[in-house]
Amino acid sequence: MSEELHDVRLTVNGTTHEVRVPARRLLSDALRHDLGLTGTHVGCEHGVCGACTILVDGAPMRSCLMFAVSAAYHELTTVEGLANDDGSLGPVQQAFMDCHGLQCGFCTPGFLTTITAGLRQNPHPTHDEARDMIAGNLCRCTGYQNIVKAVERAAELAGTAAGESPPEPPRPGSAQLPSEDRDEDTASTGLGA
Amino acid sequence: MKPAPFDYRRPGTLSEAIAALAGEPDAKVLAGGQSLVPLLSMRLAAPSLLVDINGLPGLDTIEVTGEGDEPGVRVGALARHAAVLASDDVRRVQPLVPLALADVAHATIRNRGTTVGSIVHADAAAEMPVVLTLLGGSVEVEGPSGRRTIPADELYVGPLESSVGHDEIAVAAFFPALRPGAGVGFEEIARRHGDYALVGAAALVEGESVRVGFLSVSDVPTVVDLSGVADDELGDAALAQLEPMDDIHATAAYRSQLVRVLTTRVVRSAQEMAREGM
Ligand SMILES: Cc1cc2nc3c(=O)[nH]c(=O)nc-3n(C[C@H](O)[C@H](O)[C@H](O)COP(=O)(O)OP(=O)(O)OC[C@H]3O[C@@H](n4cnc5c(N)ncnc54)[C@H](O)[C@@H]3O)c2cc1C
Ligand code: FES
Ligand code: FES
Repeated sequence: MSEELHDVRLTVNGTTHEVRVPARRLLSDALRHDLGLTGTHVGCEHGVCGACTILVDGAPMRSCLMFAVSAAYHELTTVEGLANDDGSLGPVQQAFMDCHGLQCGFCTPGFLTTITAGLRQNPHPTHDEARDMIAGNLCRCTGYQNIVKAVERAAELAGTAAGESPPEPPRPGSAQLPSEDRDEDTASTGLGA
Repeated sequence: MKPAPFDYRRPGTLSEAIAALAGEPDAKVLAGGQSLVPLLSMRLAAPSLLVDINGLPGLDTIEVTGEGDEPGVRVGALARHAAVLASDDVRRVQPLVPLALADVAHATIRNRGTTVGSIVHADAAAEMPVVLTLLGGSVEVEGPSGRRTIPADELYVGPLESSVGHDEIAVAAFFPALRPGAGVGFEEIARRHGDYALVGAAALVEGESVRVGFLSVSDVPTVVDLSGVADDELGDAALAQLEPMDDIHATAAYRSQLVRVLTTRVVRSAQEMAREGM
């Protein structure tokens, strides 16, 4: 039995692509294998880890839990679409670099897309809101502290780009949280020190 | 793992969607896919055909009913969890819905998953089936022989099994309004934020009536009547009507302890809301 193929038009980062795929092609696989956009990573392939998160009409969604055939009707944004127009790093990407928010980088694309959308919805998150914003994404390397820091830094950078008062340059050792924050964060991750 | 092959249709009208299901006993409806796609990828399900309802018009509605109808909110089949959670109308008319929805998965999953899909999926570890059952809500379904309304207490027949026919599409769920002077509470314990709960409890207090619904305690959503029970006996009275199960996530003894603690807490918060208004 040969499988029926569907012609699907996917709009990714403003560019339209035509792909011919079976209905069971996961959107994550269509992006990576059919379009070569390997920035979107696949970890668990059942919705839990968040590595494959992309923006669908601006809202973060799991690309491993959608089929390419169902995605034809939407504007998709992957991590490749988060850079500034001049090719320099977008605010969330820059913040991850400033704050050392990644180690192996496997989880990073999902964090970048999630935080990009999260800051559009809430441009000035509190520390707790910053933590909540990334609660649906798993990282096996960093211990999250620097990712939370990057959310806060990205909010500053995005604010400046939008004409708010300029951010402080990253403090020496800014990858470290103040000690009272560190206690609170360590306690609530349940992972111990 | 990848899903097994299936045929795919994305009809533009409800009647086409029902016709597509009618010819195929192994067909399945695809709504948000947040439960179905993992099942397909793990090959725990292998339907012959997926009928994608995301192209059907007029199903992403959230309406307040009243004026002749029973007061409440009617949530259409394509209303995403996120939209229902953000709705001021829903919060005002039936605050238990957003209280419980905040604990359904993570924001990213809620952006795609539908509240009606979660109700029909009939997972005993899910929040919305318990909420619908406790409130005495219902689901409106349409199939080859027309439309019918299934009351929540006839909806859940077994683990992951609802009484919605394989050729029927759930078009909406109805949550009755909170009556003046009544109160609700919701709380759950999960290993990690956003995970399915080890145990969850929802309370509805209306005058003398005190009822509590539980998720992840039995293999279907379960509601117990605790009217007239003294405050310090609520947990034990609830347990007397339940048989908490053992599984890899928690022992029955641990679940029993969570039932005791959560019952007391949710009844207390429902009583507070009843006293003070929301
Ligand atoms: C990581 C993760 C965590 C999650 N955590 C939770 C949680 O804590 N609590 C919770 O409640 N849920 C959780 N979910 C599941 C989520 O809430 C789903 O969105 C929901 O259960 C199903 O809705 P859906 O629209 O995605 O349905 P789908 O996945 O599309 O469908 C689920 C089932 O219902 C049927 N169906 C759906 N809609 C209809 C309809 N209108 N008519 C007839 N049949 C229909 C489908 O055929 C299928 O059998 C989680 C999911 C993930 C991936
Ligand atoms: S790969 Fe999609 S959530 Fe893990
Ligand atoms: S940086 Fe390695 S998993 Fe997050």
